[in-house]
Amino acid sequence: MAIRKICGIETEYGIVHRGTDDPNPITASSVLINSYLSDLNRSGGSALGVPQVGWDFEFESPGSDARGVAPIGSMPPEIETHLTNAVLTNGARYYVDHAHPELSTPECGDAFSIVTFDRSAEVILERSMLAADALLPDGQSIVVYKNNSDGKGNSYGCHENYLVDRALPFGRIVAEVTPHFITRQIFCGAGKVGSEIGFSAEEVPFQISQRADFFEEEVGLETTLKRPIINTRDEPHADPQKYRRLHVIIGDANMSEVATFLKVGTTAIVLAMIEDDWIKADFRFTSPIGALRSVSTDLSMSAALPLLSGGSITALEVQVHLLERAIDWTNHHGFDLVGTQAGPEILRRWGETLLAIEAESASLASTVDWIAKYRLIDGYRERHGLAWGDARLHALDLQYHDLRPEKSLARRVGLETICTKADIEKGTSNPPEDTRAYFRGACLAKFGSDIVSANWDSLVFDTGGDSLRRVAMMEPSRGTAAHVASVIESSQTAAELLDRLGS
Amino acid sequence: MPEREQIRRTPAERTETSVDDAPQGSETGEKLKAELDDLLDEIDEVLETNAEDFVRSFVQKGGQ
Repeated sequence: MAIRKICGIETEYGIVHRGTDDPNPITASSVLINSYLSDLNRSGGSALGVPQVGWDFEFESPGSDARGVAPIGSMPPEIETHLTNAVLTNGARYYVDHAHPELSTPECGDAFSIVTFDRSAEVILERSMLAADALLPDGQSIVVYKNNSDGKGNSYGCHENYLVDRALPFGRIVAEVTPHFITRQIFCGAGKVGSEIGFSAEEVPFQISQRADFFEEEVGLETTLKRPIINTRDEPHADPQKYRRLHVIIGDANMSEVATFLKVGTTAIVLAMIEDDWIKADFRFTSPIGALRSVSTDLSMSAALPLLSGGSITALEVQVHLLERAIDWTNHHGFDLVGTQAGPEILRRWGETLLAIEAESASLASTVDWIAKYRLIDGYRERHGLAWGDARLHALDLQYHDLRPEKSLARRVGLETICTKADIEKGTSNPPEDTRAYFRGACLAKFGSDIVSANWDSLVFDTGGDSLRRVAMMEPSRGTAAHVASVIESSQTAAELLDRLGS
Repeated sequence: MPEREQIRRTPAERTETSVDDAPQGSETGEKLKAELDDLLDEIDEVLETNAEDFVRSFVQKGGQ
């Protein structure tokens, strides 16, 4: 049975420390985040809360494998506990991971909410750059890029997370969601000049996805090498008897709000349909990695992808089938599980996008990142008579993702927006109201000085008694504003709040 | 959904035609072209000044 699709996005940003001969990305990432936190503490007082609460690793287990026993040779990721690690009053986690600044959005209730908090994250990074530059010596600055590759074979992720019913066999997720991950690139790829796996500029001048070059396996536990299309990390951050957290490592970081909306919205619906056994088609490819790369390097979006069951299919045909099934699924089940406001809008934009891909894909330059980027770079190339492979085209590619508003090319190409500035601003310090992130964020804002640590599924309070008091949050749908806003508001102290919650 | 036309090509043909097949408009082509010209004029002012140095020095450690 399908369950509500609570979701989140974790983004590792590219980072450049300019004006120094000896840049260290780990130090730069720490400076960036600590500068932001210091600024918050200086300017915000109690309104912004005290965000420098440490992350609690006690129950983290990124080495757990959804398939049960991890195959010999699997490399569970390491947790770097000594690095900067903060929880913000909007319920997000902001930290240093693998030599990159990373921001994990709070748990969101639908695709609209995800887009807002993904954009709020960009604003937090913008402010972090300004705060860091104010502290750095003259001539130095830190610049952040929301992309997934340096063009030299090094990649960093933008992961999505979706709450999934534990009763759904993992093998069915693998078989049925993989075709969606391979084919959704056509509307959520962020675009990239060239290839990082040995093809020349003549062979692959431009491709649809930032990340496709870096995937080598169909299923596995790794996230940093031999990356798999389906990641098996089994760490639900919720009641493990009831839930999985599907950890999706294959997406690109999007600059387009519509692309983020469609990436998360379509995937949420597809996962709910898998839970309800509603897909009714076998799109397993003979070579998932081959199909992934075919789709990424075929700008005509017509590549025939060979199927295990015989014959072949295009990415667009897979997506049209999934959309048709989604319309049928929502006719039977309504939109409650994916958002009553977001749901119809996901179907509308999904349908419009697929129609435009068939008819006149240039019209998607205001919504699809790779098409917007291609149009810009190819136009520049033609105007200046450049060959593919010219450094100026790679520079445009990188600068598309520059998060400084005055430098970002993505913010100049006319991308359509979904969120209002007011919503984005609100999301920098206020949590979503419809998930447990509300409890985390609201408690931090009001009782931050009494909270000693936090993680996704608990808060630990020090209320002055003999022992610390842990509040478990194993249900991602509970702890919403509807559940706890009045009790938080009317409690004068953290101790009173905990007594009233019965903790 | 309108009828989906199947355009099938062999892999070799695809490689040759992939760039020419990239997104192009027709009806609104002129308007889009004018907008693109304006955009290209505008971005000249903000582009990184030394593209080669910028691209060469943009090196990241691998992440997840």
